[in-house]
Amino acid sequence: MSSRSALPARLRLDARKTAPLQHPLRTAPAPQIAVLALDQGSGEAAESTVVVGTRVGIGTPIARAVSNAATDLHSPVAGFVVEIATRSTVAGMGHCILIENDATDARDPDLVPVDWRALDGIALLDRLGGAGIAGLGGAAFPAAGKLALARSSAVEHLILNGAECEPWICCDDALMRERAADVVLGGQVMLAACGATRCTIAIEDDKPEAVAAIAAAIAAAQDDRIELVELPAIYPLGEERQLIEAVIGREVPHDALPPAIGIVCQNVGTAAAVARFVGTGEPVVSRIVTVTGSGVACPGNLEVRIGTPISELVAACGGYQDDPARLIVGGAMTGRSLSSDLVPTTKGVNCIVAATLADVTIRDPEMPCIRCGDCASACPARLLPQQLHRAAQADERDALARLGLADCIECGCCDYVCPSQIPLTARFHAARLRMQLHDAQQRRAAEARERFERHERRLAEQAEAERLAFEAARRRARGAGST
Amino acid sequence: MPALQLQAAAPPHVIAGFTVPRVMFQVLLALIPFAVVHVWLFGPALLLQLGVAAVTALGCEALALRLRGRPVPQFLRDGSVLVTAALLAASVPPLLPWWLTAFGTAVAVLLGKHAYGGLGQNPFNPAMVGYAVLLVSFPVEMTRWPVPGPEWDALTGATALDALRTGLAQSYTMQEVLAEPAFGLVGAAGGEWLNLAALVGGSYLLLRRVIRWQIPLAMLAGLALPAAVMHAIDPGAYAGALLHLASGATMLGAFFIATDPVSAATSDRGRLYFGAGIGVLTWIIRSWGGYPDGVAFAVLLMNLAVPLLDRYTVPRIHGHRGR
Repeated sequence: MSSRSALPARLRLDARKTAPLQHPLRTAPAPQIAVLALDQGSGEAAESTVVVGTRVGIGTPIARAVSNAATDLHSPVAGFVVEIATRSTVAGMGHCILIENDATDARDPDLVPVDWRALDGIALLDRLGGAGIAGLGGAAFPAAGKLALARSSAVEHLILNGAECEPWICCDDALMRERAADVVLGGQVMLAACGATRCTIAIEDDKPEAVAAIAAAIAAAQDDRIELVELPAIYPLGEERQLIEAVIGREVPHDALPPAIGIVCQNVGTAAAVARFVGTGEPVVSRIVTVTGSGVACPGNLEVRIGTPISELVAACGGYQDDPARLIVGGAMTGRSLSSDLVPTTKGVNCIVAATLADVTIRDPEMPCIRCGDCASACPARLLPQQLHRAAQADERDALARLGLADCIECGCCDYVCPSQIPLTARFHAARLRMQLHDAQQRRAAEARERFERHERRLAEQAEAERLAFEAARRRARGAGST
Repeated sequence: MPALQLQAAAPPHVIAGFTVPRVMFQVLLALIPFAVVHVWLFGPALLLQLGVAAVTALGCEALALRLRGRPVPQFLRDGSVLVTAALLAASVPPLLPWWLTAFGTAVAVLLGKHAYGGLGQNPFNPAMVGYAVLLVSFPVEMTRWPVPGPEWDALTGATALDALRTGLAQSYTMQEVLAEPAFGLVGAAGGEWLNLAALVGGSYLLLRRVIRWQIPLAMLAGLALPAAVMHAIDPGAYAGALLHLASGATMLGAFFIATDPVSAATSDRGRLYFGAGIGVLTWIIRSWGGYPDGVAFAVLLMNLAVPLLDRYTVPRIHGHRGR
């Protein structure tokens, strides 16, 4: 075990994680109707492979990834597909497969453990790809795709992210305390899959129980490729690029992915899902979700079937109390607020906060920027939020690009410290969307121009060809006339 | 169970809430040791000056906000204008006629701040704009300081930096100059205690993270280093570093005036240059310039350099190569 220091002093936030961690992991009741969003949180949807009436067991494949950012989807309950329709999800309206639970919990008979030690890396990656293993830290990006890229880039070092730096979220802490052996086994399987030679499990030092459990599991596994690193509890150290810098002391180039410097990162929850898959053959049909906030009666960490409505998670935690004002998916700094609790859990949902007014900060009226520079000191990407903000307000695209809008990780640190209470992160998010829209319009305009020019060229060529044909015909006619 | 009434809100959902009014309140709080020492040395004159400056400042601020069509109560509450008033009142001689204090404050608030667009927009430190206008327009009144002591009579005398200038100019030796009553243990008589009080208040601001260390430290180093070097080379003509640190507006300038965020450089590196520039310029003006103290002009000159400093001290973005 080693620990690194000399990290820049960034935000030490009130963690707010004690209430849910007072109880051991619980299992949420399976839903009557599971609602499986085809987009599980990565922003891209899978394609349904079932029809209304299809009989499924737990783990039966129901949708297939057709793009790099989507994952396969499996039924979390046994029963029948009752509807395939548009429903409101965490990310807005989206296509969903609705499965009625027949309460038998019958597993798909095809699920068998994977003898991963007997498989080579490529074959193992193939099996993991079919298990619907998405990044369970929140981004829901397919784990197998990331590992495959790591393999083709000859990555040496796998980092398992157990930092969990954001206030309120503690599902990984609960997982590491109770299923440390799964995390370590998952790390071993991932090492085999991606071909890396070392694995570092990185945990923030405000989680002594998790650190102890993981240390014991590593010792029990007797695998000297795996080490544990304790990091200071500084927000946003759990963000991938920040974490990599904290662990190896090098920055990932802004225009490259971590494999470019020999690193691949996975969440500890993802590792545990890999371990469960090789051990039982069960794909990702459940995950651990933190349900917390002063607005919920009995906060806790729940093992939840994917597709369970959030209202049922809250009900499993004793229901609402004290008039929650916001329902937040994620943590205090980056979580998005929902307009309804009738949305299903996806693989990307790590935390549900029923926040009362006392839990959140009600902002004062915005004041002008006083150039105090606290935002720049707090920015983990070393941007100058104050200058970015000026450029965003003036919609100066060149300045936004030069000042690094694309490097903003939207962690919320600048907002947190701003004495003028300027909603900087929201402004940067909006500016980024405007930039994307503008770029898309530019692209469309360029395509249209090209299309038009091709069209003009084609017309000109056609006219030219017709002219030549006409002249040739005339010459022929003249020739014919003269003979 | 009543239906959920959910707010939509963009993240982050929790912020520190260290607001502009709280920042300004902390600055005022940190000025208390200075004010106490000032009253002890010169009598309650400072309190009257503070009152005049505060009333004028609030009046001008309200007027300017109204003319500019801004929400008056919200901006009056931010406290920034009170800090400007307090810094100006703390800088002027305690027995300055009240109408001059009022005039200087009005210049600071109306010309120094609102003419440029109000809070956050002014390129120059407003209090120093007011101070400089007063100093240039009323040099006699602005350099007439009472002799510090337990009996506050109307006796006025030269300040230490003034005595140093004129003494050396009249080719007295440094020893002779330093024997004058204007000098105390290490710096100016009385002035050294004011500087100590400002240092105490400034340290409080540092501890509370209201200000950061770059500007004060760089400014003190920028002042002390040339002073020490030149004193070592020619002790007869140049005062030592300690005298400079413990005289005039050194500490008030380093911790309260130069640290005004609006008119300072914004990056950490830029702030080092900014502070050092103020320190060096202060020393140059004190040693070779036409005014006994140079903090106000040094601050205004470095305010001019801020756009340049900001442009050339942009930090390297995470994951980018150096620029």
